[in-house]
Amino acid sequence: METKKSMNVQWRRPLKAEFVGSLPPGVQRLADVRRGARGEVLTVSTDGMDGVPEAERDELERRLLEIGFVEGARLEVLHEGFIGRDPIAVRLDDMRVALRRREAQGVLVRLDR
Amino acid sequence: MNAPVTAAVVGRDLRIALVGNPNSGKTALFNALTGGRAKVANYAGVTVERKEGFLTTPAGRRVSVLDLPGTYSLRARSPDEEVTRDVVLGRLAGESAPDLIVAVADATNLRLVLRLLLELKETGCPMVLALNMIDIAQRQGIDIDVEALSRELGCPVTTTVATRKRGLDALAALVDQAAERNEAHGAVVWHAPDAGEIRAAHHRAARIHKLAVLPPKRPDTWTGKIDSVLLHPVAGVVILTAILFLMFQAVFSWATPAMDLIKAGFDWLSLQVTTYLPHGVLESLLADGIISGVGSVLVFLPQIMILFFFIILLEDFGYMARAAFLMDRIMGGAGLHGRAFIPLLSSFACAIPGIMSTRVIDQKRDRLTTILVAPLMTCSARIPVYTLIISAFIPNRTLWGFINLQGLVMLGLYVAGMVSALAVAFVFRKIFWRGQSEPFIMELPAYKAPDALNVARNVLLRAEIFLKRAGTTILSMMVLIWFLATVPRPPTGAPGPAIDYSFAGMIGHAIQPLLAPIGFNWQMAVALVPGMAAREVAVGALGTVYAIGEDKPGQLAATLSSHWSLATALAFLAWYVFAPQCASTLAVVKRETNAWRWPIIMFVYMISLAYLAAFVTYQVASHLGG
Repeated sequence: METKKSMNVQWRRPLKAEFVGSLPPGVQRLADVRRGARGEVLTVSTDGMDGVPEAERDELERRLLEIGFVEGARLEVLHEGFIGRDPIAVRLDDMRVALRRREAQGVLVRLDR
Repeated sequence: MNAPVTAAVVGRDLRIALVGNPNSGKTALFNALTGGRAKVANYAGVTVERKEGFLTTPAGRRVSVLDLPGTYSLRARSPDEEVTRDVVLGRLAGESAPDLIVAVADATNLRLVLRLLLELKETGCPMVLALNMIDIAQRQGIDIDVEALSRELGCPVTTTVATRKRGLDALAALVDQAAERNEAHGAVVWHAPDAGEIRAAHHRAARIHKLAVLPPKRPDTWTGKIDSVLLHPVAGVVILTAILFLMFQAVFSWATPAMDLIKAGFDWLSLQVTTYLPHGVLESLLADGIISGVGSVLVFLPQIMILFFFIILLEDFGYMARAAFLMDRIMGGAGLHGRAFIPLLSSFACAIPGIMSTRVIDQKRDRLTTILVAPLMTCSARIPVYTLIISAFIPNRTLWGFINLQGLVMLGLYVAGMVSALAVAFVFRKIFWRGQSEPFIMELPAYKAPDALNVARNVLLRAEIFLKRAGTTILSMMVLIWFLATVPRPPTGAPGPAIDYSFAGMIGHAIQPLLAPIGFNWQMAVALVPGMAAREVAVGALGTVYAIGEDKPGQLAATLSSHWSLATALAFLAWYVFAPQCASTLAVVKRETNAWRWPIIMFVYMISLAYLAAFVTYQVASHLGG
């Protein structure tokens, strides 16, 4: 239960300092993007994800790619879950995909201005 | 891989396999091609459903059609997807590679399937592509250049509308042409792609998409509009609750007349047997073992059909993915997948269809956890037991002017089941899988009007599968339990009920000292043995050991309330929240997991929890002066 709570808080908080430093301006992890935001997929990268063990990251990266999180795909956050705003539903080009914010950390989004 | 012997050479049926993304209308196309007559079995050694049907082509060829599980990638992640991969690669034992792959694509959503098609090309198996739901694509003004697509993919392409049976002849003609070309399979160059290769394939697929597909002029706006209501944080939850409420109403009230009819039918059958057969072992086996045993399980068929009617209707409409989305956080807290919600819900009617419907969960670990906790949900077989004990021991009083005490206890038992299911799931994840959690990434398909025929067919298919289980696995369990409860027969003129002299009686007496700390007397211990047949059988079994006819439930309640203390009654209720008193469930778990390990784990954990709960309840209630 402890971890769940801390995860909840994490999504509402801005990114950890170390990632903010490394992300270009206008780029965010999908996990931190709120409803209504639009942009395009910059890249899928599972480096530095919280709560995802090293061993599962490669699999997660391939899974995200297979469902259509490809570089350049248009993206919009459509819905958020009613508890802790998790999971989220996003429009991804012509389709809709639901995923947890934990997994959404792996998608870097360049937000529209 | 050897060059496969083609159908024409051997003169056997041509074999085609349908492959596609989930929600591509693949099953609808299967039904349209085969007339809906499917042979359903399991693939050898795995618990994935194998659906095969037959089609006769314009040239008069008989073609076997295999409906493979939907997938986004051949890089399989679930047992279902492994079957798809292994069949198209010709690697599955007992299953040769198909002569032809019929790839099925949702014409309105081609982007992802193109990448799958590139993977399928690498299997070396000849392929044709069916662009399904072309009517919807046309309505949305999506312009697809079929020739360009065919050229780029290097395979014939045709368009279909499976639900309206359009384009089927053209597709069948392509199958004929492929059969006449009698192409040898190419070399298998497929291997599981790494992330870089998936990216490269996406780029190739995107190029083909750009070349052959123009974006919709009138995109579907309905799905977005419906979602803004159904996925709304407040309205969505209210609607989900309302749908669940309706489902429960339907399962428990609409099913009653049909259940009464089935029960009456089996009672009549049993009466015929006892009337016309000479009194003896055969008569008892037929009447008490087979007829009443199978009847006690078959009586749930109407509930199961109504439940599956709702599940299939909502699935075809596209709502199930939304329900999983809404429930994911709650289920996820216990380490379960959002999709576990539906099987657990089904388990309120009966754990057997619940366990059977865990097939919608891709991940093995998620699926096993769901299977293990499903029997903790309060199934309808517990209701007669709860009703009997509550009416005998809980005063029919009203609390604070509006809460009925008996109803409150009933609700408490339901809540105890649900809470313990979530808690046990949480613990199992920690023990067996060290808290590893599977990613939750799921397509939310566009909403579609369900096709009545398709829904009806699938409901009947579920009913057929349940009946097959009842006819095989469940029947043999019932015969075993009858044997225990009947043999050996009592000496003539012996006092007391006959069951007391049987193996069940011996087992009951033997385990009674073990059950004394939880307040169970020997009558209860004996009744628990035949009670393994199904939970509600305990009511009849108690009637038997107390030598009261089953048709006098009021008298049984009165007898129990004079023989049992309140503490014993409460302990019995606590026992029934947890105890694995259902041999059929255990047998189905064996079938679904294909290993004895899981039903054994289930039995052990449930009986331990039942003992613990009954012990605590009995001791506390006794000390409080029950």
